[in-house]
Amino acid sequence: MERTLIDLRDISKKFGDTVVLDELNLTVRENEFVTLLGPSGCGKTTTLRIIGGFVQPTTGQVIFDGKDITKLPPNKRALNTVFQKYALFTHMNIAENIAFGLTIKGKSKDYIQDKIRYALKLVNLDGYESRSVDSLSGGQQQRVAIARAIVNEPKVLLLDEPLGALDLKLRQDMQYELIRMKKELGITFIYVTHDQEEALTMSDTIVVMNQGYIQQMGTPEQIYNEPENAFVADFIGESNIVDGIMLEDRLVEILGVKFPCVDEGFGTNRPVDVVIRPEDIRLSETEPGLLEGEVSHLIFKGVHYEMEVMAGGHEWLVHSTKCFPVGTKVSLNVKPFDIQIMNKPESEDEMAVEVDG
Amino acid sequence: MGRKSFALPYIIWMVGFTVIPLAMIVFYGLTDRTGAFTLSNVAQIMTAEHAQALWLSVGLSVVSTLICLLLAYPLAMILKGISHSQNSLVVFIFILPMWMNSLLRTMAWQTILSNQGVLNAVLGFFGLPAVRIINTAGAIVFGMVYDFLPFMVLPIYNVLIKIGQDKVDAARDLGANGMQTFFRVIFPMSMPGVVSGITMVFVPSMTTFVISNLLGGGKVLLIGNVIEQAFTSGSNWRLGSGLSLVLMVFIFISMAVLAKYDPEGSNVI
Repeated sequence: MERTLIDLRDISKKFGDTVVLDELNLTVRENEFVTLLGPSGCGKTTTLRIIGGFVQPTTGQVIFDGKDITKLPPNKRALNTVFQKYALFTHMNIAENIAFGLTIKGKSKDYIQDKIRYALKLVNLDGYESRSVDSLSGGQQQRVAIARAIVNEPKVLLLDEPLGALDLKLRQDMQYELIRMKKELGITFIYVTHDQEEALTMSDTIVVMNQGYIQQMGTPEQIYNEPENAFVADFIGESNIVDGIMLEDRLVEILGVKFPCVDEGFGTNRPVDVVIRPEDIRLSETEPGLLEGEVSHLIFKGVHYEMEVMAGGHEWLVHSTKCFPVGTKVSLNVKPFDIQIMNKPESEDEMAVEVDG
Repeated sequence: MGRKSFALPYIIWMVGFTVIPLAMIVFYGLTDRTGAFTLSNVAQIMTAEHAQALWLSVGLSVVSTLICLLLAYPLAMILKGISHSQNSLVVFIFILPMWMNSLLRTMAWQTILSNQGVLNAVLGFFGLPAVRIINTAGAIVFGMVYDFLPFMVLPIYNVLIKIGQDKVDAARDLGANGMQTFFRVIFPMSMPGVVSGITMVFVPSMTTFVISNLLGGGKVLLIGNVIEQAFTSGSNWRLGSGLSLVLMVFIFISMAVLAKYDPEGSNVI
């Protein structure tokens, strides 16, 4: 386990009467790729700006490398930011943009030249030194913004939805690029996005946020396969969330049908939320299943077909590579391992979060 | 009727009110009474009286442009900083004088600055010695600054509000303190506004004769006054035109020098 680099302690932030962050606690380890994921207004960008020093928390401390930096202005912090809209200096060429931080620090000309060359190579823009900002595409500008940040050798790179303005193909390419850069640089990345696919692709750790609270923290696999509440399940990928009753360990009743599952420790006869991913429901025309139903909608999605199946009084979302036309009578089966049981939200806060989410 | 015919009124306007008058100025400026080509009208600028008026115009225009810049820039920064609902009111108040006749405003200053005027009355009330400012170069600079300040504020303000907070954040993020952020990012990025502000103050200052007439009291002669007198009391159109041509070339060169600092074409650091 790498050592802790950033420690947010009881961070709260209010803008006027609006609570943006409420007693947030978060630790980031050295060399970790952490993604703050959530819908707009969840507090993820505010969290990033607090770490960057652009926003002062109302209460709480920011500990960086063992020191309290809560009151330190951005220019005194050993971290750099890649901004959402790149924020390149349009009155400077590419080399001058990248050199900005180093010039301020009074580094020698030779050192700066070497650094510019190295950074441009890293972001695959060799030879772009004297180009103007306006002559570059959005993707290239974003690479320059990354180069401008990393030449300062920050311990942490903060990325605020850096791929948000790029088109799909470019965004996917940049995701791999970012993973490669991260490996080459060996520094910590804190990444903000509302795109769950981006988060799942790149992160070591995903922090799912909503309404100023952390909903769940974990590896992409944990977040996807074992969502802790309905918000996370709903936000990360598509899912069927249904009411269920945990009859006993490893047996849950959904819509009056008993489903074997693998979860334990919920007690007996307890109401729970049940999450089943659309790709985990297997349809069949011939085999018997746990539920019987009829296909009500069919959409071709490229990689798979998306179907809605009316069964047991619930409309199930199903992804399958096999096509079942509308009106087909099908049976539904789910493997015990693919059924995810979650506690119903208890406190009012959690409830509120769920309703709004 | 083609699409081009929409441009016709403008072409007529330009030919009638710009090209022909300019051609006449050039003709008068470069000919003698017999209509023969001569440079003697233009060369009149070399005489001591005219040269002095030209250099005084340059000097006072540069000074008033600089004062306008020094006053306007902080003001534009403040306007950018205050909230949107309030700044439109403040901007409005600042451009309000532009809606009044400039001659009227300048005459008002004549009254205020005169030896028995409002300024000296106020100074006298507080027991301070009276100042003699009317009919001096200082009064003319004062009038220029007052008349042309809005033309400096607006272009700078318009450029400043387009510089996003993210640029400032980026500079801070990269280690720049407040001063460095201003001098390396905000000011260079606002250069287009500064350049057009300078143009819009310097050119009318160079050519004015109203302000120097009213606040200079005929004692301070600017090149504008010399040209005006050549056309009116002197009835010497050829001299006036010749000097006008010199003034035009002078302004053209100033603008060409200034254009080098406009980042649209080249880099400014």
